This record gives sequence, structure tokens and C-alpha cells, in this order.
Amino acid sequence: MSVSAAGGVTRVPAVEGWFTLGDEPHLIGCRCAACGTYVFPPRSGACPNPNCDSEDLVPTPLSRVGTVWSYTENQYAPPPPYRAAEPFEPYALAAVQLDEEGIIVLGQVPKGIMAADLKVGMPMQLETDVLYREVVDGVDTEFMVYVWAPAGPTAAKSIGGRS
Amino acid sequence: MSDRDLVVLGVGMHPWGKWGRDFTEYGMVAARAALKDAGIEWKDVEYVAGADTIRNGYPGFIAGSTFAQKLGWTGASISSNYAACASGAHSLQAARASILAGFCDVAMVIGADTTPKGFFAPVGGERKTDPDWLRFHLLGATNPVYFAMFARRRMDLYGATSEDFAQVKVKNSRHGLSNPYARFRKENAIEDVLNSPIVSDPLRLLDICATSDGAAAMIVTSRAFAEKKLGSLKGVPRIRAVSTVTPTYPQTILELPDFATDSTAVVAPPARGFKESLCWAAYEEAGMSPSDMNMAEVYDLSTALELDWYEHLGLCAPGEAEGLLRSGATTIGGRVPVNPSGGLSCFGEAIPAQAIAQVCELTWQLRGQAQGRQVEGAKAGITANQGLFGNGSSVIVSV
Ligand SMILES: [Zn+2]
Repeated sequence: MSVSAAGGVTRVPAVEGWFTLGDEPHLIGCRCAACGTYVFPPRSGACPNPNCDSEDLVPTPLSRVGTVWSYTENQYAPPPPYRAAEPFEPYALAAVQLDEEGIIVLGQVPKGIMAADLKVGMPMQLETDVLYREVVDGVDTEFMVYVWAPAGPTAAKSIGGRS
Repeated sequence: MSDRDLVVLGVGMHPWGKWGRDFTEYGMVAARAALKDAGIEWKDVEYVAGADTIRNGYPGFIAGSTFAQKLGWTGASISSNYAACASGAHSLQAARASILAGFCDVAMVIGADTTPKGFFAPVGGERKTDPDWLRFHLLGATNPVYFAMFARRRMDLYGATSEDFAQVKVKNSRHGLSNPYARFRKENAIEDVLNSPIVSDPLRLLDICATSDGAAAMIVTSRAFAEKKLGSLKGVPRIRAVSTVTPTYPQTILELPDFATDSTAVVAPPARGFKESLCWAAYEEAGMSPSDMNMAEVYDLSTALELDWYEHLGLCAPGEAEGLLRSGATTIGGRVPVNPSGGLSCFGEAIPAQAIAQVCELTWQLRGQAQGRQVEGAKAGITANQGLFGNGSSVIVSV
């Protein structure tokens, strides 16, 4: 899956099949056709519920909104295979609880929103952001990753400049 | 004494440090020390349970045979275990199973490591289906990221402060001051911690344990063998329980190296979370309770995680760990000293050796040999440890 952005840049997800791109991106998890439990990242094969012997896991979009379970902020560049920008800019991560699915999903937070802007219990919404940019076979390519951005009144700050 | 108890006949360690030498060098020092402490010959050992290191090539993956060969082939049976940070305890469990099944009477449990500088990074190569590789690639989710999220929850839910976390470091730095095996033997003040740089907010450099070289070994035996050798087992430390349980679905706490928790959509969370269940399985096996413990050696990968362990171990109720710390109960001289060895804070983590080192410390404490850090009159202690991918352990030792 790829989306062409303005300026001849092609956008592709940094990992295939975990989330959609576009205006209202969402995570793709799996739901068990037999017991109804959810799992993220998406996978095939056995249902994770030990009480269920189904192997029918169906890809399904997950809720775009949730609340912060916890969060942090990296002040040092993580080691490879993370592709840290130089110079390194600190960034935050948040683990967000999705009520309907009953799971907590860890993700980055958009650049510029820091730990001081977050709080346990705060509403968050799924967006995407550029993880790294690289020319692949002559094509200028942005590799995208899902991010958790503050929802509600502060949401404008999170998506500003990345439309 | 229960027929299911193992006797700890000997323990030995190589000091922790950062030299980058062959891990087997350290292991041999620990092995020889444990044999000497046990008063037996290498040729008496019938089974070697090696805890693996995954960063030292083939010899690291087959630690049991690596050390058996290094000590000189004797025909002893071997096993090699990898269970992340719990590898040492899983090796102890393998030795224990072999002894309790009657396959052998005398076993060596051994682990040694040499570690790279800096953050633990995943093993090399591009592996887009390996969650451990992907968490670094997609998120930059280093180990401190996960430690930090537990710390932040303590702050937002329980009102913990950076000073509380720093106080754990101050306590452990004092405990480890005279431990000859500790790598860091320097007393830290609250200000030292608060002035160290933030790594993953809210955790600072001195809140997070380092990675170290080190080695630990122990000789464990059947009761019959020890009685024959020692006559009386009075005052001799024995292994009362070894818990290596895995999580129960749904695992609802975001643990290393996962992207997400299990779902609670159709199955309710278990009454006890993973880390509690590790500790409680040990209590139940030993027929003991938290109030029977005179000390604990816990996995303080970060200062804040030590506070979490107080609660998982049942030393206090959830949300009360900061109060327990401030009361002095977990300092040597208090009701239940935690990490009298100085903990990972003073050692740094030498993965396959660490869970064994925790048991070595309890052994020295129970024998009254923990010079400069002795928990007076200690009769029983518990270890707690957790690693990646649902590995963990808890061991109870008593006299
Ligand atoms: Zn199912």
C-alpha cells in the first residue's frame, strides 16, 4: 500500500498491514471469528485465548481513540534498527488503552508533543507520522508509522503541519 | 525439612564489572569458588545446568557443555537454558527437577556474561516479523522506555516523586558499598540521581541499571547427599521454592518487548498479574507468606521497578511502596531489607548470571557471611526477577 503525497514523495507504511494511511488512519488488529477476542499486531494462526482453539483470525480496524495508560520521552537516540534523525530530537511515546478492544497499544507521539503534555487517562487519537525518509529505487519515499496524538481540544496542535 | 527442598551446598561469584573478556573466564572463577565453598571436587558434579548468553556466539548458546568442557569432561549430564533475565533461575529449576526426579544428587548451576556498551539492542539483521526487532525499528522502544512507563504510572496514580525513585538508588548504593562482588561501590546522594541526565522521562541515568560482565555459580544437592556430607543440615540454606510461571491470559500490563497487551474483551483479567503470580507461586510452593520473609533480592532494572516489586511481593499494598521505602523498612536494619546486596543498582545486569547471583546473596545472608551488609538474624528470603517474553522467576531460600 502506498499513498502519493504532494511534492512527488511517496508514502508507504514502515511495516506492512499494521495500520492504514490517509485522513482517518486506524490500526489493523485481528479479531477471532469464534470467541471475539482481539489481538494486535495482526497475525495469522492460533487465537491467543487459551480457551479457544480457533485459527480464524480476521483482520479488523481498531478504535482510533483511547486513553493514556502511560507515557515517556526518549532523551537519547535509540540504537539501530531505529533510524534516528541527526541531530536527534527527543520524542515521546504513549501506551494507549482502547476500551472496546480491551488492549493497550504502544506507539510514538507526534514530534513536538512531549511527556509534559501528557497525563495518564488523557484521550488520544490515532494519526500517522514520518518515521524516516529514503530514496528507494529512485523514488523519494517517506516511511510512515502510526502515532498517538492528544485528542480533543489539543488535537489541532498534534496534526498541524502534517496534513 | 521437606523432601522437596534442595540444599545449597556452595555458592561463588566473579565480581561484576566491564572488561569485555571471554565470558567463560568469569564463569570458571565462579565455578571454582562454588566448588570450594561446597567442599566438593568438580568430579563429584553429576549435572551442569548452564544459563545461556546470546551475545557470545555458539559457546554462549550451550553454556552447560561449554562449562563442562572447560572444567574438563567428566561425563556429567548437562542442560543449557535461555529464559532472558530469568535464565539463571530456569537453570536452577532444571537442576532441581533432575535432583528431585532422582536422576542425580549433585548439580552445578552456572551463568556468565560479557555485555556490549550502552543500550541493549536487538540481535543483528533485518527481521520484520520479530517483535523485539520491530519495537526498536518502529518505535525506538528501548528497555528504559518500558521501565519509564511503569515509573510514570507510579507518579500519576500514586503520587510518587523523582525523589522517591532517587531514594531507592541512595539506599541500594549504601547496601552495596562493602559488597566485594558489586561493580559500583560509591555512595550516591539524592542530588546525584536528580542531577544525572534524563534517559527516558521520568527516569534518569542513575535510576536505570547498567549492563555488566559477571558470573555466578552454585552447587545444589539432594538432602540425602548433603546429610551424608555434613551430618547435620541445621543452619544450612535450602531452596524451598522455585517459581518460573508464565503469564495467564489476558496479560494486561504492557511488558517488554510487546507492542500491545492481550485483550480483555472476552476473558476477564486474572486475579493476579504476571509479576504477582511469579511471587505467589513461590510462596504457595514453600508454604510461606510475605510476613515470613526477612529480606528480598528483587530485579531493580530501574529504581521505580524496585517499588513495584514491594507490591508484587506482598510486602505492602498497591500504592504503598513509597511509604514503605520512606519508613526505612526496606533498608538494612528495617523490617524486610530489599536488595541488601546493592541490587542491580550496584551490580548492573549480567543476564544469565543475575538470577543465580540473587540466590548467592540470600545464601550468604542466611549463613551470616554477608560482611558489611548483613541482615541480622535472617531466616528466610525471596528473590524476584523478570525478563522479556513472559520469562521470570522467584526463589525462596531459608534455613
Ligand atoms: Zn478465539
